[in-house]
Amino acid sequence: MTLYLGRRLLAVAGVLVAIAAVTFTVFYVLPSDPAAAACGKSCSTDRLEAIRAHMGLDRPLWRQFADFVTGIFTGRTMGSGQYALHCAFPCLGYSYENSEAVWDLLMDRLPVSASLALGAAVLWLALGLSAGVTAALRKDSLTDRALMVGAVAAASLPVYFTSMMLIYGLIRTAGLLPYPQYVPLGDDPLHWASNLLLPWLALAVLYAAMYARQSRSSMIETMAEPYIRTARAKGLPRRTVVVKHGLRAGMTPILTLFGMDLGGLLAGAVITESIFGLPGIGRLFYGALSTGDQPVILGVTLLAAAFIVVANLAVDLLYAVVDPRVRY
Amino acid sequence: MTTTPTPASSPAPAAVPAGSGPWQLARAELRRRTAVKVSLAVVALFLLMAAGAPLLSSLAGWSPEEFDKTAVDPYLGGRPLGPLGGISADHWLGVEPVTGRDLFARVVHGAQVSLLIALTATAIVVLAGTAAGITAGYFGGRTDAVLSRLMDLTMSFPSLIFMIAMMSVAKDVNRILLMTAVIGLFGWPGVARVVRGQTLSLRHREYVDAARVGGSGPWRILTRDILPGVAGPVIAYTTLIVPGMIATEAALSYLGVGVRPPTPSWGQMIAESVAFYDTDPMYFVIPSTCLFLTVLAFTLLGDALRDVLDPRSGRT
Repeated sequence: MTLYLGRRLLAVAGVLVAIAAVTFTVFYVLPSDPAAAACGKSCSTDRLEAIRAHMGLDRPLWRQFADFVTGIFTGRTMGSGQYALHCAFPCLGYSYENSEAVWDLLMDRLPVSASLALGAAVLWLALGLSAGVTAALRKDSLTDRALMVGAVAAASLPVYFTSMMLIYGLIRTAGLLPYPQYVPLGDDPLHWASNLLLPWLALAVLYAAMYARQSRSSMIETMAEPYIRTARAKGLPRRTVVVKHGLRAGMTPILTLFGMDLGGLLAGAVITESIFGLPGIGRLFYGALSTGDQPVILGVTLLAAAFIVVANLAVDLLYAVVDPRVRY
Repeated sequence: MTTTPTPASSPAPAAVPAGSGPWQLARAELRRRTAVKVSLAVVALFLLMAAGAPLLSSLAGWSPEEFDKTAVDPYLGGRPLGPLGGISADHWLGVEPVTGRDLFARVVHGAQVSLLIALTATAIVVLAGTAAGITAGYFGGRTDAVLSRLMDLTMSFPSLIFMIAMMSVAKDVNRILLMTAVIGLFGWPGVARVVRGQTLSLRHREYVDAARVGGSGPWRILTRDILPGVAGPVIAYTTLIVPGMIATEAALSYLGVGVRPPTPSWGQMIAESVAFYDTDPMYFVIPSTCLFLTVLAFTLLGDALRDVLDPRSGRT
């Protein structure tokens, strides 16, 4: 187990460095000159050179990358003399736009994106799994058909369409909910939830539909296994058979999906956040794009990749807990 | 719907009567289903619409970039004249607010852009994925290890974020080409995994071993013996990734990093219509419905194809 964990952690680090390298190359090689942008229109060559040197852009690309990676682990000092800036431990550089440390920017926004992702995840797991399991247990019945038709239709709705419908139906017409405005969980849990309810719903509809489809097929397969027959033959209550024997084994493929989806959403749901005006990482990223703020773009991409990779690792470890047949 | 065990993807067993090969059986099974007919009709409709876009819009009398100031009310913020967003004999699906551009022409040309990008990206993904999967599965060993690591790496990329970033950084390139490449870049590991799994199960079947003993080279075995065996799942999987591609294209255009105006695309039209959702809901409804129907039809078609061509795999 320890050996397995160690190997996996090494692999995680390797994947992250590789993703950083690819992202770094793509965004720094592509034609754009942040130094010129920072310097403005009436810019002397000397001044431009000075800014380049300050940003470290005059050094060869591999040096810039090496600096960037060491900065993440040890922090680094950028520039020299009176303009020197110290960037502390998890250093992802400074935003070109507002000279804030990228790490601080990300951590400021993370609670919003995490609230959105986790809340939606709870909702879509509850909706998706119950629909999927219900359909699987009544396979080929009217309930099954209705649920699956609903799931296919819901899975075909783009998130911005669902969002607009929810805004139009529940805010504009019925006036049931306020227009979402992020309230930190620590300040007022009730308002936190009521303000996030719509974005949660909008995200959850799409994922719930996919999970319903997946869990239905997975449950149908599991419920046909011989050990389910054995459990039934022992006279166990139906509930125990379905939940403890069936659902537990049928969860493995769902868990894989869940790790990827949640990991991908934790670092910001770009579309949902921009529709509902939530100040999360997705919005930060979207803003950084229009200003060409490369350190922020790189930072968000890396954070997102880190979430995905770590979520996948967590899922692999959870397999052993969920499915007694898996051992490391 | 695993109740239809048509062994279409496996090589035809001897018990099957002459004249009904696996593909004929699959076709008969597909023809039996109503969902297939309906979704096939919808897909065909949109494909025809996309292919005949210039013809259709000239029939309707408006080009997608032509302004019609007489169709909008300048005193009401450019709201379309007439009910339902200005639907009339002149403008079949109404007009865009403010500019008065014909929505039918824009939807039809938008279909062309959206489907062209989605289908080309799918083709790239399927070709690359099949090649990688079949190579990894057949040769195994170090080739498999390298390709599998590459798949893991690609799948760990936060693909939507990365796509958005790439689309917004690259300024002066052909948008349609770039978008196709960027969308195609992240899809291949999915296909490759399916193909690799299938190839692994095929590569030591008797008929493959027989071909090897008979002196066939790897190229011949791969193309003649393995490829037909993986074709079924690949076709099913391909149909199922098309809706994802269409949705991704629409999402990128929605975020404003897709094709540039005035070239229309569904996602971009939906994004523009959001500002008018109160005054002119039809402007929002029309491109959204097109997008929804196309995605739904491809999903239903893919589901049916998978049930028939790849009965052992589960539903996604």
